[in-house]
Amino acid sequence: MGDVKLAFIVTKPPYKSENPKLAATHAMAYQTVEILLEEGQTVTPALCYVGDGVLNCLKGQKAMEQYGITSTETHLKNCLLVDLDVYVCKEDLEKFGISEDMIVDAEDMGAEKKIQVVPFETIKKVIEDANHLLYF
Amino acid sequence: MGTLTIGIFSSLVGSMNYDFALKLAEAALEKGHKVNLWFSGNAAGSPKKNQKHLKDYSHGETPLRKLMEKGLEVCTCEACTLARGIQKPDAIEGVQWNAMHWYLAKIHGSDRVLHIGGE
Repeated sequence: MGDVKLAFIVTKPPYKSENPKLAATHAMAYQTVEILLEEGQTVTPALCYVGDGVLNCLKGQKAMEQYGITSTETHLKNCLLVDLDVYVCKEDLEKFGISEDMIVDAEDMGAEKKIQVVPFETIKKVIEDANHLLYF
Repeated sequence: MGTLTIGIFSSLVGSMNYDFALKLAEAALEKGHKVNLWFSGNAAGSPKKNQKHLKDYSHGETPLRKLMEKGLEVCTCEACTLARGIQKPDAIEGVQWNAMHWYLAKIHGSDRVLHIGGE
């Protein structure tokens, strides 16, 4: 198989556990996986935030100040910078009263990609299209 | 025969996820499948050798060594493991150390993937 599509589904809030961060860092590893693959083989990840997981996408995180660790916000910015597709569930954002202007972007780093606020139906389609599902 | 890749993110002690992952790997190996095992997150603390087998706690070292003898390929996330204070000389021999792209590459070549998230 040439390209393998992976759906990373994040349902847990940030900092309560390490998992949401690991979803972003594992997805980002698609940038270097080719050193272990044959020519023509690729991995295409999609990073999706649903349920409590949408809280990972809030901008203004103070993880470095509070915990002395890289924030999930910074990891998300890096994901956008390497053109990774990042989706956040519109309905779940609305449940938390989070508006789109409160979502992380990486414009300050020069990223063209943005987190895509999409209906859950779109995330279901991403899952259906994926070869493998990684649930964090 | 197929290839199964298991990603385990739970700690050795604290849930039965790790035990389940090893038992599943054993069952798949016995059926003749190729099995890859990836440790990340709290599971990256599990390659530490010289584990004492106390009856009240899950024990990973002995079964892991036996499964590697049967062909199980195991890799731990180097950064996750070092962050937990485990250096390569402290680790179970035969466990590979690599970055997260190892997991993605094994997934690429797998028929099935079972991703067991952490706590």
